Amino acid sequence: MQLLYEHLVQPFIEFGFMRRALVACLALSVSAGPIGVFLVLRRMSLMGDALSHAILPGAAIGFLVAGLSLWAMSLGGLVVALIVALAAGAMSRVTPLKEDAALAGFFLISLALGVLLVSMKGSSVDLLHILFGTLLAVSNGALILIAASASLTVIALALFYRTLILECFDPGFLRAVGGKGGLAHAVFLALVVLNMVAAMQALGTLMAIGLMMLPATSARLWTISIGRMIGLAVLLAMLSSIAGLIVSYHVNLASGPAVILAAGCIYLASLAAGSNGGLLRRYMRRPHLEH
Amino acid sequence: MGHPIEAALTRAAPHQHRPAMPPPQSQPAEVLGLHDVTIAYDRHPVVHHIGGSFEAGSLTALVGPNGAGKSTLLKAIAGLLPVTAGEIRFGLDRRAVGYLPQVVDVDRSFPLRVIDVVDFGHWRKIGALHRLAGEDRAASIAAVASVGLGGLEYQPIGRLSVGQFQRVLFARLMVQEAALILLDEPFNAIDQTTTADLMRVVTDWRAEGRTVIAALHDLEQVKREFPDALLMARELVAWGPARQTLSEDNLARARALAAGWSDPAAICVR
Repeated sequence: MQLLYEHLVQPFIEFGFMRRALVACLALSVSAGPIGVFLVLRRMSLMGDALSHAILPGAAIGFLVAGLSLWAMSLGGLVVALIVALAAGAMSRVTPLKEDAALAGFFLISLALGVLLVSMKGSSVDLLHILFGTLLAVSNGALILIAASASLTVIALALFYRTLILECFDPGFLRAVGGKGGLAHAVFLALVVLNMVAAMQALGTLMAIGLMMLPATSARLWTISIGRMIGLAVLLAMLSSIAGLIVSYHVNLASGPAVILAAGCIYLASLAAGSNGGLLRRYMRRPHLEH
Repeated sequence: MGHPIEAALTRAAPHQHRPAMPPPQSQPAEVLGLHDVTIAYDRHPVVHHIGGSFEAGSLTALVGPNGAGKSTLLKAIAGLLPVTAGEIRFGLDRRAVGYLPQVVDVDRSFPLRVIDVVDFGHWRKIGALHRLAGEDRAASIAAVASVGLGGLEYQPIGRLSVGQFQRVLFARLMVQEAALILLDEPFNAIDQTTTADLMRVVTDWRAEGRTVIAALHDLEQVKREFPDALLMARELVAWGPARQTLSEDNLARARALAAGWSDPAAICVR
């Protein structure tokens, strides 16, 4: 018991930076879970990834203007990623390109532009900082940003919950009965971007998407109810956060990747054992009943 | 305006004199009027100068060769395509139109149950935010039963066959309480039992006074089950009682018109 306490609780009591990292991750989990579930349902898993790259040039511009300032980089990232997301959406409507193809074009441009901009002034350490974050050095400002974005996300998702589900499932029907599918889609994309920007300082733009996608995809393998998927995704995200932080503390590993890898382990375990389409279920056939 | 109480009484008065039943109508009301309707994709017309009217409670089959513009016409009536020229007039609230497209492009592995899909039919009533009332859920369950899926309410839709899923979509249409129902090839790729069951649902709708327009290609079925038919081949060929409309002459004329459609239609100059 004492041993358990020392290993699992002590680090958080003893060190302020561990507590801050934990709070940041738990708050991120609350909003990343449901966002991830809707990304999975919309078959936009890779688009989330693409969007996370689109944050880079904005953050880089903020970095060029104001150095490693949280607000300048977040604002820059938010604005540029929103422009890319909306432009890709608009292009897919007016040209024969599908949204994913349109987005891929924009995100490749922004990724190259972002790396170019950062390398103009900063070192590769700065670039690493933007891409992968520094979970153990989360500032007060970043904590407030994360908490605000999580609250806003939960409220907005509650308001658009039914619209989003129907917009994913049967957009034609939603249009025919006069639902605001386009609005819901735009709000959703904005929330995805907001969450990635909020997670930028803690996990970095590239890792942030991991906390959305991995728990959500894992949850999909355990249940077929959307409500339960969301609850489970939040729970798994929180679990990965705690596990990742503790392991990174004891083994002295980079904590952001450790959190995402913990989520990755849960994902692999779900792939193997998931009750809704896991591999074990698939290949361990129960014999046909014979008389 | 006079005394406020007096004014209130005058406002209330019409309610007291309202007859219990609507007066009998000598002629069935027009639910939908097509006035010289032309619909074009990029100026090439697919539906060409079609006019006529659908009466309340009529059951009309929309028939014509492939590419005749049946789907296009239904989409325009459903409000999903703009009319290039002419006008579609409604004798009812436009929101009372229910539309079932030919291909409902949905992910059938989506994590929803049968009842969830049918509940979406209440959208006009509950919108994005209101709670689903008990009576609405009861209506959904009744609709699921009446399309022959009783007992499967809480099954995930991923477990349904194509025919069963089409039944679910019919149940959703029933819940919508639409006065005008548009069906685009509703019996495509569906087995005979399901077709017969769903055809019975359609006839019931007519008995309830709903107006139904269905695009179909099975001429025998149309002659057997549909009182009226509209035969089109981009333009109107014939419209009236099904058997007369689908006469050999008319069908031959439709085929002859269709034979000329190698390229997109010429830009309309009429």
